[in-house]
Amino acid sequence: MDNLETNYKVKKSIQYKSQIALLIMTASIFGLFMITSPEVFLKGRIYQSFLSTVPIMGLMALGLTFVLAMGEIDLSFPSVMALSGFIFSITFKATNSVILALIFSILSGVIVGFINGTLVTSIGIPSIVATLGMQFLIRGFSNIISNGLAKTVTLDKTFSYKIFAEKLGVIPVQSIWFIGITIFLYFLLFRHRFGEHVLFIGDNREAARMMGVNVNSVKIMVFVLMGVMASFAGILSCYRMRTWWPTMGEGYIMMVMAAVFIGGTSMLGGVASIEGTFIGAFIIGSLEAGIVAAGLSGFWTQFVCGVLIIASVTIHTLAKRRK
Amino acid sequence: MDKLVEMKNIYKSYDGVVALKGIDFEIGFNEVVGILGDNGAGKSTLIKIISGMHSFDEGEMYIRGVKINPKKYSVKIAHNLGVETVYQEKALADKQTLWRNIFVGRQITNKLGFINIKKEKEETNKIMRDLMGFRGIGANADSAILTLSGGEREGVAISRAMYFEADLVILDEPTMALSLQEVKKVLKFIQNIKDKGKSCIYISHNIANIHPVSDRFVAIDRGKVVGAYNRKDISLHELSEELIKYTKTSTQINQSERVL
Repeated sequence: MDNLETNYKVKKSIQYKSQIALLIMTASIFGLFMITSPEVFLKGRIYQSFLSTVPIMGLMALGLTFVLAMGEIDLSFPSVMALSGFIFSITFKATNSVILALIFSILSGVIVGFINGTLVTSIGIPSIVATLGMQFLIRGFSNIISNGLAKTVTLDKTFSYKIFAEKLGVIPVQSIWFIGITIFLYFLLFRHRFGEHVLFIGDNREAARMMGVNVNSVKIMVFVLMGVMASFAGILSCYRMRTWWPTMGEGYIMMVMAAVFIGGTSMLGGVASIEGTFIGAFIIGSLEAGIVAAGLSGFWTQFVCGVLIIASVTIHTLAKRRK
Repeated sequence: MDKLVEMKNIYKSYDGVVALKGIDFEIGFNEVVGILGDNGAGKSTLIKIISGMHSFDEGEMYIRGVKINPKKYSVKIAHNLGVETVYQEKALADKQTLWRNIFVGRQITNKLGFINIKKEKEETNKIMRDLMGFRGIGANADSAILTLSGGEREGVAISRAMYFEADLVILDEPTMALSLQEVKKVLKFIQNIKDKGKSCIYISHNIANIHPVSDRFVAIDRGKVVGAYNRKDISLHELSEELIKYTKTSTQINQSERVL
């Protein structure tokens, strides 16, 4: 029994090794920023700014974590963000009802997710191809309808503005949403039947099927979850900028993937880290600001981002191999 | 209702390739039946239909006298009817923990579907102690499946079936890739099933291992039942001769088909 206990503890510590490495990495990045530009990083404002921008990307990263955990990929979410943001703004303009705007907007994410999931399961198109097609299709669709023109939405006069865009004390509400949803999705993935099925499908689809898991319906639901996350990101973006613009979401795809991979979620499915994605989103989301504040050109962002991805994925892989 | 499973004139094809051409098969309560046959004879298809993995195209199937609708039948329904299938280690997810592998698809949850992890781990520890006999090998409920040996994996798959108290346990090549010691365990497990008044269907190439624990054998060739034997009436040697006969004719036919 003693033997079993110690064995167990050793394994636990290895399991947390990559998380600890991730935290050290985060701390050293911010430490570096504080040294290079103390006038920016020793004041609260920059962090307030992160807390309102990072969640928008982070929510999509959480959705993508589920998709990757199940061994699939979704490339359509930046377009879904734009589409849902568009639907949100036109519904609000037409009806002046926040509730209706929220419902239709989220519904658009659900529908796109459902289509993605159906293409992947019922028709059997590899998710990378299906969602790549959807990415163009949806972007084109929202551009056609909007005529490529931005829309201002006067949300700041509604009560909902407090819930989706303002601050609670000094904390931007976006980050409260992000934290809440992160906790919920953590429990959904690791403590709920649904999440267990997601992990088993990513790990060994046939085994999941043999044990009675309805693989197709779980897959569709995960794509729907991704769609809803992207919708919500679009809505938060509309609130934050009080504008919808047709290129909304562009440029997010690589950042969101980078956040997920830095966090330790595997491309191969079956292994995921929600808390890792949470931290990864803040690392990726603060890089550009930090680098620019340090007086370096924005080009350094990509370089540093690349270094971080390679470094963190190396750490995760080695930590797993030791196990 | 004297039969546990009854199949009448079952047809099944995959993308135009006919795997079963009118199979009749039945198994009663407290019976151990071996399905024998060459590769591609249709053995796997047959058990996959019983276990709910695949549907069938034509024919009738009854489990405990209940007529099965092939469009609705699923692994879940099979589990509820007490039919449990052990697909060697194929039905285990490598990167997941042992306790998750035991309970996946049948989690112990609260009303909202959240898993009672503590309870599942406790049960897993009991299963490991009482059913698998995992003591002092360093594995525990939190071990990932990929850290286990082939025999241990088979043990997990079999204990899972035992834990859920199936009335019919289906074993797909239970002794393949196992050491002698492990084969012995599996045979003891089959004997256990029999002693408890339950039934077992297995597929095996190694009839020498399986012969002593069986009641009946059914030989399948190219999607049809070609022979049925009671163990009392046939020695291991005679059974091997019979099987070789089918294997021979099927290869001869394949050759003649090629000539045509």
